[in-house]
This record gives sequence, structure tokens and C-alpha cells, in this order.
Amino acid sequence: MTQFTRSLRFCLLVLLSLPFTAAHAQLRIEIVGSGANQIPIAIAPFKDESGLPQSITAVVAADLQRSGLFKLVDSGGLTAILVEPQQVDYALWKTRGADALAIGAVAPLPDGRYDVRFRLMDILKQQQLAGFAYQVSAQQLRATAHRIADAIYEALTGDTGMFSTRIAYVLKVGNRYELRVADADGYGPRTVLASNDSIMSPAWSPDGTRIAYVSFEHKKAIVYLQSLESGARSVIANYKGSNSAPAWSPDGRRLAVVLSKDGSSQIYLVNPDGTGLIRVSSGSAIDTEPSFSPDGQSLLFTSDRGGSPQIYRMPVSGGAAARLTFEGSYNVTPRFAPDGKSFTFLQRNGNHFSIATQDFISGQSQLLTEGTLDESPCFSPNGRVILYATNDGGRGILATVSSDGRVRQRITVEAGDVQEPAWGPLVKP
Amino acid sequence: MQKLTGLFFLLVVLGAIAGCACPPPKSEPVAAAEQPKTEPPPAPAPAVVPAPAPAPAPNPLLSKRSIYYDFDKSVLKDEYQEIVKAHAENLAQNPSQKVTIQGNCDERGSREYNLALGQRRADSVKKALLLLGVKDGQVETVSFGKEKPRALGHNEEAWQENRRSDIVYQGE
Repeated sequence: MTQFTRSLRFCLLVLLSLPFTAAHAQLRIEIVGSGANQIPIAIAPFKDESGLPQSITAVVAADLQRSGLFKLVDSGGLTAILVEPQQVDYALWKTRGADALAIGAVAPLPDGRYDVRFRLMDILKQQQLAGFAYQVSAQQLRATAHRIADAIYEALTGDTGMFSTRIAYVLKVGNRYELRVADADGYGPRTVLASNDSIMSPAWSPDGTRIAYVSFEHKKAIVYLQSLESGARSVIANYKGSNSAPAWSPDGRRLAVVLSKDGSSQIYLVNPDGTGLIRVSSGSAIDTEPSFSPDGQSLLFTSDRGGSPQIYRMPVSGGAAARLTFEGSYNVTPRFAPDGKSFTFLQRNGNHFSIATQDFISGQSQLLTEGTLDESPCFSPNGRVILYATNDGGRGILATVSSDGRVRQRITVEAGDVQEPAWGPLVKP
Repeated sequence: MQKLTGLFFLLVVLGAIAGCACPPPKSEPVAAAEQPKTEPPPAPAPAVVPAPAPAPAPNPLLSKRSIYYDFDKSVLKDEYQEIVKAHAENLAQNPSQKVTIQGNCDERGSREYNLALGQRRADSVKKALLLLGVKDGQVETVSFGKEKPRALGHNEEAWQENRRSDIVYQGE
């Protein structure tokens, strides 16, 4: 072996090791509880996929498997690569136990981009359920895989897919805090803010381009706004005392915040540039954790005006608040479901701080977790999943639970604590 | 940054114990105790001029900088009234001295609610100080919620330690 070959091999080894280093910083998401009736689906390898810098079917399969609603059926050992519907041997797939089959093909385009097309076939009805074609760059291949997974998910469950969304979270390693944004599968984390002091309460703007959060970098709670594109930051609220709990109105034009400047923690509305401050709540109790209804007309919030922290609802314009929770002495962190029909919250039961949901019309609540140190619940944009922070053997981790309580995930990092999750909005591609 | 804060705190405590960190009330030597007479007790001795009353020694309560709370409560418990009173007197006598009250909570429950609770803990110590004659401009309040726990365990002992307001003298 020549010296040149040896050094080339060394360079390749170094390059190959880099993705592993990056992987350690990623979120690791594992299913720990799956759905009652999983849909069996086979994802056949796409034609000419193996030459791509990024595998498509591997990402599609991982997305569907991670949702807990699908069971992946063996798609190996095929005699030919499936591309066209007429190639599908329905009897074979029925024998393998698949209800659905995804087939596809990739072709390079003259301009360096790729043509990616796929079809979803119903094995039982022997017909096509969905089919899409995309022209995308190499950098967009992973995102395209997520869109395919969304299309499959929507065709087979009737719900909007979440695979193309992002999540924000705070990573704490020692005394170092980082606000990060990653794909919903944990891939590609980007640091939005790094600090030696605490960061909390990240809140996505409805269009997904900006994020508000609370930072203690000046030794008190201050609300900041940051563009995810440019990184430009501005202060939304820095009054005397604590400034916190940013929550966007659904039209993205205002935020609710909590300020203690007038003697107790109270809820105010403010423009993203910090102007136009209006007080909304009244009284001298603690009023905090505002959450806008999807129609932007009312706020859920936590208040201890009745002697213990409970959840209330009031019009955005202010005025009389109606109490919603009556069980136990500690019900906090309310978050509207995207369809506006229920909310999730944190409830204390004895030694347990656990996640629950409550229906507005019936008033019935349901405990979804048995955690002792759960906190910060938030809904996925399709309302099917609740993402929250919890504690596992002293380490901060994230977790999800489906709204029917069945599908559960554990979300961990190699080192440090993960906390303060916020699920980003659905964004049109 | 946390190490420096800890060092400052240590210096403050040591200084307070040494009686020289916070502006001390004037101290004068306590009058020496009378020597016992060795002669047989005579008829009542001529009146002895009583020693001047000693000026107050630095209040040992001033070295106590932390107030503790029950879960989800911000009310000042009776056992801490004397500490607050000692600091109030100290501050009232030294109007240029400033303090920051830092409110903290244990790790359980909502981060945002705990931020508000910590704020109310700090604010209620401030209110108590103002009622005892301290000027508004002498007292700042800040809440760290559950973000800066002093004890890192997951048990009642650690939680109790973290449900706490700290009185931090500026300039120390």
C-alpha cells in the first residue's frame, strides 16, 4: 500500500466518524408502548435508491414505526424492484400480512436534482391509495422522505402527519444551557441559544419562523424573540421583576406574557416588538401560563386566586374567568388542543406530578401518565400526541403519550438533561 | 459564575460572623464584671456607679440570610420573623445599604408557576421589610423559580432546602 493510499484511507476514516459524533448530540426516540391495532405496512425499496446520499425508505419506515401505529412487514427477498402498480403481487403481500405497500422510484434529473415518486397500494382492495411525485435537491431528500411518510400516515389513519415538523427543547449539560431545534425524529439539532444561565418556555410563532423564550442571562427572567432564519434577537419584555411565559396568538400578531411588575404575576398582551402592552388579568394572585384557544378568543391560564393553583379560562379581552379544574390542589400548565375541544395539563396526585387531559364540554379529565416529576406538556399539531418533560433516574428526558394513552415514546440524549419541549407548527412545504 | 456566587456567599457569611461584612451597629466594650471582694462583707458598700449600658452587639441573626417555606406557600412563617426583623433594623439604620431578595422553589411542578411563586416569596419578604421601616429603594427582588436549586436530591430534604428566599447584601 502506498503512502498516498494509507493517508487517503485515514482521511476516509475520519470523515466517516464525524456523523457518529453528531449522532451523539441527537435526540434518541424509542417506542415504549404501541397502539392497539397497528396497521401492517410494507415499504419496498425504491428503485435506484441505493445510489442516493440519503436513503428515503429507511426514513419513511423509521417515521411510521416510531409513530406506534404501524407494524413494518418484511419487504425483502423480492425478485424485482417494484415501481409500477401492475408489478404488485397482491397475493404475496397478503401472505406476508401487509394491509398496505409503498413502492417508489428515484431518478436523477439533468440539473442535478432528483425525481422521487411513490405510490401507496391497498393490498386488500388491490388499488392505489395515494401517489405523489417530487422534484427535489439532494439536501431535500430527507425532508421528502418525511413528506412521503406524512402522505402514507394520512391515507391510512385519516389524521394529518407530523413527520415534517420540528421540536424545540432545552439541553442542560452541567451549567450550560442550549435552546435547540431539531426535526421531529431528533435529526439535525441546531443550537438557537447557548447560555451559562437557564433558558425556559420556548414558544414557536404560528408560522414556525420565530421562537420566543425566557432567558436568565441577565440574572432575571426576560422574554426574548429570535428569528430562526437569521438568528436576530430582540427583547419582548424586560420590566421590573420577572418576565415570562410567552404564548403566541394563533394569528401570530401578539403574545401573551406574564409580568410581575405591578405587584403580582399577571397576564398581559404585547406585540412581538414589545410595544402595545395591555394588562389582561386582574387581581393580586398568581396568574400565569396563558394558552390561546385556536380561534384566538380565549385564554386558558393557571391561577391561585382560589387558594391553590388551578386552571381557568377567560376571554382574551379580559374579564370574568371560569374555573375548570376541581380535582386536587395543584392543576397547572394548561395547553389548548389544536381542535379546541380539550386541553392537557399537569396534575398533582399525592407524590405524583402527571400529565392529564380534560374535555371542555363534559369536564371529564383523564390521567395519561403515572409520572412523579412530569412537567411542560404540549400538543403535537395534529392533537394526537402530547410531548412532555419527565425524569428518569435523576436525568431529565422527554416523552410522548398519545391522547388515548397507548402509544408512548422515550426521548433521550447521550449526556445531560432534556427539558422544556415545544412542538413546532405544521408548515406548508 | 455559580462558583463565584458561592464564594461571595461564603465570604458574606464569614464576614457576618466576623462582624465586619455588613455595616455593624456601633459596638463598645462590655463593662467588665465586678471583681469579687475578698474582704469580709462589710456594711452595705457605698453605691457603685452602674456601668454604662452596653451598646447592642452585632445581631447574630444578621448572619442568617435564608428563609424557608412550605410547599406551594409564600407566607413568612413565625420562626423567620425575627430574622426578617433583624435585617429590617439593620437596613433601616443604614439607608444606603441595599439588598436583593432571591426567591426559589423546589423542583416539582411547573417551571412557570414556580417562577411566579419564587417571585411572590421574594416580594413578601420585601413587603415585610418595608413594613418595618426599610425604604423601597433599598430592596430588589428576583425570582429564580426552580432554576437554581441549592440541593440536588429528589427527596423532601432537598426540596425543603430549595423552597427558600435568600437575602443578599449588595456590595459584599
